[in-house]
Amino acid sequence: MNVIVLMKQVPDTSEVRIDPVTHTLVREGVPAIINPFDENAIEEGIRLVEQHGGRCTVLTMGPPQAEEALRRALAMGADEAVHVCGREFAGADTWATSYTLAQAIRQIGEFDLIICGKQTFEGDTAQVGPGVAEQLGIAQATYAIEVRVDGKKMQVKRVLEDRYETVEVRLPALISVVKQINEPRIPKIKNVLAAKRKPITRWGVGDLEARPNLIGLAGSPTSVVRTFLPDRTRRGEILEGDTPVVVDKLVEKLRRLEVV
Amino acid sequence: MAIVVDASKCTGCLLCIRACPYNGIVVEDKTPRLTDTCTYCAACVSACKFEALRQERPPKEETDTSQYRGLWVVAEHDGRRLAHVTLELLGEAQRLTTDLAEPVSLVLIGHDVPDLIEAAAAAGADRVYLVQHEVLKDYRTGPYTDVLCGLVEERKPEIVLFGATAQGRDFAPRCASRLCAGLTADCTGLGIDVERRLLIQTRPAFGGNIMATILTEHARPQMATVRPKVMRPIPPRRGATPEVIEVPVNLDERAVLTKIVEVARTARQTVNLAEAEIIVSGGRGLKKPENFDLIFELASVLGAAVGASRATVDAGWIPAYHQVGQTGTTVQPKIYMACGISGAIQHLAGMQSSEVIVAINQDPDAPIFKVATYGIVGDLFEVIPALTEAIRRQQ
Repeated sequence: MNVIVLMKQVPDTSEVRIDPVTHTLVREGVPAIINPFDENAIEEGIRLVEQHGGRCTVLTMGPPQAEEALRRALAMGADEAVHVCGREFAGADTWATSYTLAQAIRQIGEFDLIICGKQTFEGDTAQVGPGVAEQLGIAQATYAIEVRVDGKKMQVKRVLEDRYETVEVRLPALISVVKQINEPRIPKIKNVLAAKRKPITRWGVGDLEARPNLIGLAGSPTSVVRTFLPDRTRRGEILEGDTPVVVDKLVEKLRRLEVV
Repeated sequence: MAIVVDASKCTGCLLCIRACPYNGIVVEDKTPRLTDTCTYCAACVSACKFEALRQERPPKEETDTSQYRGLWVVAEHDGRRLAHVTLELLGEAQRLTTDLAEPVSLVLIGHDVPDLIEAAAAAGADRVYLVQHEVLKDYRTGPYTDVLCGLVEERKPEIVLFGATAQGRDFAPRCASRLCAGLTADCTGLGIDVERRLLIQTRPAFGGNIMATILTEHARPQMATVRPKVMRPIPPRRGATPEVIEVPVNLDERAVLTKIVEVARTARQTVNLAEAEIIVSGGRGLKKPENFDLIFELASVLGAAVGASRATVDAGWIPAYHQVGQTGTTVQPKIYMACGISGAIQHLAGMQSSEVIVAINQDPDAPIFKVATYGIVGDLFEVIPALTEAIRRQQ
């Protein structure tokens, strides 16, 4: 089966600190990583190809340095990598990103399954997977925790707020995966070195059949008009005293909140 | 060019560099320059105090936005009851519509669900679009998208709101993609620009480190998913009778690409973090996996759900579905009690919008105290059992 994995390089936001004096982001030394959920997507793609044969292609849209992320995916075991890159694509919201990725997927050709992480670390929208599935007119199953391929069908166990739902999906389809679906492999040094020499297909705006008014900023229905730092400062109260005293104080607070 | 630099106004203060989450701007010789990693997010434009940076958007094909009127909420339900988030959205829609002077409509899709209309009207639905069919018994992406998109194209609402639940986050982007509509995920604040009839959408981004205000200026409808537990329902409007519009549909089960083969409910009380009123969470300060028992005991006397930090999940102390934070579940309970959790950014991003935060930690400098409403600096192995006992005595 041919699998295409959608992935994104993101800043590791768990490494971001807030400057205690200026209350601004401290970004120095924040590494760029593969979006953690996408690592699970890559792992699942590689495993399915190991079991069923075929090819696993990783696809990203991003600036030139996103190539590092693709090389890591190749080192993990992806067969091919495609990099959609160019300033024309920058500023894309989830609509324009979905459209662009769908056009790239059409150009890659035949596929049975598209896998992506459940959401990215920085945007957290979870919108691009369903957006791509819609552009391609295929079925989708989001929040996959377990998958089983069975000919032209696939069983997907989805994890929802209060239940697991198992669905049978006709292929080709798109799934988004949660962290618990697998444990992404750490590539061997040998494979990391080999991946440095592997070719990466790079497509610019001239290589894709994408309408210029539907990509990048021009193709984005939404726009960010203002950003600001969240107000994290609460006038918190430290409860002082020995254990019995602070416990009494806290119980009193909880009683006022009508929880005890 | 999407961000225009006016070097003559730049003072070289570097505020733009501080504001940029992507290392996408450099300032050399009092001249800002965008680099390859710039995503045009405009954080720098907001940060610049000297108007040296300006956002410029390419012209859009004008949609005739005047054809689009009305505010819709898309219902989520289990066949017997409307989800709480739907009541919250109806309440918020009623507040928003005082500026729009349009009725609030609920789109109710399902099979044999007319019993939900009364509750919808009480919660703020002036009109209900009722779409019923056997194929629509349970939510499935394909047929629900067909139904909602058909209805939007026919009736042309200007705003469509969904809950940012597993279902809403599956459903909304599929519809927005088909309708070429703007969609903003996970909003925590909504408002109306009355003059331009625009929905002002505010959401956390970049792992909760930045808040962004987002507009859909030209495309219609303006769509948003809204975080559960942020908006408030209105007091029930007793005896309200909504206008009910039954929408006939023609669907064929054979054309549906997905079948639900099994549903297994999870233990609701301790795991359903997203809907819990109270959450008690444990972190590495517990020192050993067995000590999570202290957390479970306290949770049990409070009727609370149990959460956990990423570190404890990664260490295998507790299953991953308890994890609160960016890679786990984002929560917004009435009360969040963080026990032995230092408060890494990725944890704070997932719980800082809780109404009341109680932090119990030995380290007075732990970042969790910065967001805490009530803090106890002390030994959790003493404090938690004493607290559990004290609450038990109250009951």
